[in-house]
Amino acid sequence: MLTLAPPAWYLALSAVLFAIGAMGVLIRRNLIVMFMAIELMLNAVNLAFVALARGMGSMDGQVIVFFVMAVAAAEAAVGLAIMLQLYRSRATINADEVTTLRW
Amino acid sequence: MVTPETTTLLRWIVVAPALGALFALVAGRRAPRLVAWVGPGVLAGALGLSIAAVLALARQGEGGALLDPLYPWIEAGGFRADATLRLDALSAVMLLVVTGVGFLIHVYAVGYMAEDPDIARFFCYLNLFVAAMLILVLADNLLLLFVGWEGVGLCSYLLIGFWYTDMANAAAGKKAFLVNRIGDAGFILGLFVLAWFAGTLDVQGIAAQAETLRTAQLGGWPVPVVAGLLLLVGATGKSAQIPLYVWLPDAMAGPTPVSALIHAATMVTAGVYMIARLHPLYALAPEVLTVVAIVGTVTALLAALIGTAQCDIKRVLAYSTVSQLGFMFLALGTGMPGAAIFHVVTHAFFKGLLFLGAGSVIHGLGGEQDMRRMGGLRRHMPITFWTMLVGTLAIAGVPPLSGFFSKDEILWGAFTGPNPQPLLGVLGYVVAFLTAFYMGRLLLLTFFGAPRAAHAVAHDSGHGHGHDQGTPHESPAVMTVPLILLALASAAGGALPVPAIVETVTGPHGAHAHAPFWALVLATGVALAGLGLAWLCYVARPELPERIARGLGGLYTLVAEKFRVDELYDRLVVRPVFGAAERLATADRALVDGAVNGAGALVAESAQLGRRLQTGNVQHYALGVLAGALALVLWVAR
Amino acid sequence: MIAPLFVLLALLTVAASLVVVLHRNPVYSALGLVTTLFLLAVLFVGLDAHLVAALQIIVYAGAIVVLFLFVIMLLNLQVEPRTLAPAPLVVTGAVLGGALGVATLGVLGRDPLPLAAVVGPGYGGTEPLAERLFTAYIVPFELTSVLLLVAIIGAVVLGKKRLS
Repeated sequence: MLTLAPPAWYLALSAVLFAIGAMGVLIRRNLIVMFMAIELMLNAVNLAFVALARGMGSMDGQVIVFFVMAVAAAEAAVGLAIMLQLYRSRATINADEVTTLRW
Repeated sequence: MVTPETTTLLRWIVVAPALGALFALVAGRRAPRLVAWVGPGVLAGALGLSIAAVLALARQGEGGALLDPLYPWIEAGGFRADATLRLDALSAVMLLVVTGVGFLIHVYAVGYMAEDPDIARFFCYLNLFVAAMLILVLADNLLLLFVGWEGVGLCSYLLIGFWYTDMANAAAGKKAFLVNRIGDAGFILGLFVLAWFAGTLDVQGIAAQAETLRTAQLGGWPVPVVAGLLLLVGATGKSAQIPLYVWLPDAMAGPTPVSALIHAATMVTAGVYMIARLHPLYALAPEVLTVVAIVGTVTALLAALIGTAQCDIKRVLAYSTVSQLGFMFLALGTGMPGAAIFHVVTHAFFKGLLFLGAGSVIHGLGGEQDMRRMGGLRRHMPITFWTMLVGTLAIAGVPPLSGFFSKDEILWGAFTGPNPQPLLGVLGYVVAFLTAFYMGRLLLLTFFGAPRAAHAVAHDSGHGHGHDQGTPHESPAVMTVPLILLALASAAGGALPVPAIVETVTGPHGAHAHAPFWALVLATGVALAGLGLAWLCYVARPELPERIARGLGGLYTLVAEKFRVDELYDRLVVRPVFGAAERLATADRALVDGAVNGAGALVAESAQLGRRLQTGNVQHYALGVLAGALALVLWVAR
Repeated sequence: MIAPLFVLLALLTVAASLVVVLHRNPVYSALGLVTTLFLLAVLFVGLDAHLVAALQIIVYAGAIVVLFLFVIMLLNLQVEPRTLAPAPLVVTGAVLGGALGVATLGVLGRDPLPLAAVVGPGYGGTEPLAERLFTAYIVPFELTSVLLLVAIIGAVVLGKKRLS
């Protein structure tokens, strides 16, 4: 069975998505949106893993994607819970307004 | 050659005074009366053991020796140094002098220091000193000798500064220690050279290596010369010769028994003894012996000149000691170690006597030491006077007292010894004349003429005195009996065949010519001339010294100010050293402390800088992570 | 021939991700995220990773993004006056992010990867995945379950009204 495109193209797409996600973390103020950008980065990595797994003809890459998804789910749950608490105590979720843990 | 006999007797001779010191240290506070008995008591024990040991030695016949191997001390690589005590003819003579005269001085000190609250500490130090001196004398190995050498230096320091509450005394002790240190540095270097080239520091071992040493070279110089000169530096320190004699006059700050024992009879002779012991080494370097003789003679002359113009009774005796030590060096330098040791013995008798007598005078006057404030004491202190008269005649060299014989050996040996130095011999006669003069001056100023002592003398020499200070009085028996015994020894000591005994060990072997009659007459005449001049100046025509001093003008001032040698040293050595120390201290503060503090400051500053990274803003942290990731990618892709 | 489909999907994915990152309204960002995830699932299918694609939709799009939307609504987030972070950060972030992307692409371009291997018909299905998962990767599997437990507890505790 042939794939849609050579795995290398998928990896290129993965790189682009990762870069976009990285920029997103730095560009936005809103912590929720920053979190979404992080999820984007994770997905980019998933894409890379699947592409390479297909390229090598092995299932191990997909197993790793499986784990990444599980971890991302856990992380999302806890992270959003933290943001809830943060909003309750500070009434803001702007990244530059929550900087008390500093020098 | 007789094989040495092994014995355990010798160690007890050293242990006895050491135990005395320990006792004084431990029990001194609680039982000072007891210490006054134990101190001289252990010396009596040591003396008894010494006599027994010497008798055992004598039974062996000529060339015998007693060995006491204490323990194998150092064994490192190929080098070995054992702690062994050796009693042969040479060390036997020294041993008897140290324990005998030492015992008498200890007895005297019981009286002299009777009212001093620190008497226990005094006897502790004094006993310790004797123990160290005995180690020095009995050591078979130069390293062990050095232990004793350092030990006597330490005790000298402790005893000079005994009344340490007076800063001047402490300074004098410090000066003695530091100047000796310079000498010790030379000594140690000499030991290094010997150990390197001879492979051993055993006296016998070095002698056995004579052939190896004769041809060895160090930096183009023959090793015996180098080693001999370095050891000579050490000897000039300990035995107060030029250039390291300057500590001895200041050492008079200590109690008079200390001056008698350490700075007249025993410690200062250590240098003489050491050179005599190492005669096999010095035989390989006759040029060094000449240097020894020159150093000795020049020192003798210089010190004698200075002594004529001093007014403190102990200072005169101090310079006299330096001068007489010079004579001993002259004897060593002309190849007559027997004569040198003979003079050590007689000098111990009469100089010890003179110092103790001076102490008696000081004690009787309640602490006065300036001869210009003495006079006419022979009525008040007859025993002291008569014994000091004997001592003065002995040191002047009037026959038939002991000084005459020993000095005559030296002077004649300067002309006829194995390394003759006629010019130095002539100077020796000049020194003998001066010796007689200044000693006569001392005697006359102190005991003759009108009494010049002020009533109720207030002196802060630290010498406590219980009863009234109004009238000068004779000292108690515990002080005068040693004086009498030493006077007898000074008178009769000339009969002791010391040179012959010593020369069984050191050579030159075989009898040497005695001085002809005319030389004896010359020597006597010189002595009497000196005494006569003193009589002229201080009894018959008292105005004469003033006129001579004024006539000589600047020259006299120079002599009276001891040729300003201390000032010269201060300018040449002390101040530059202090200056360098100041600079180094500043450099230490600036550089070393600066570097260390700077390191701390650097860390603190960089930490301050570093903490600004913690902005609290997660996006900044994310930036950092991203930058790191980018760097990694670039690194992998290089 | 097949390539144009991929290009289309890729462009759509990038566009959707840009919406996530750049849109003012957080709800629109979440929707952009859902779109991206769907498109990625399609791409997974294109790579014969059928199970993973299904999981992607179920877990990611179906659960995680829903969680996001719940939180957004719970907090009643409004559109903020200023969307972007302070200028220096934006610039630096854009530059670095861009650099990272370019660098990675450069590396990829330099060492060409081989074409896809030939795989059997069961590739990407449940059985091969399960086989790998429960044999070689059994320990991480178990640990992941512990992780999920911890996450549940953490989320419950942290989500409470009042942390005393």
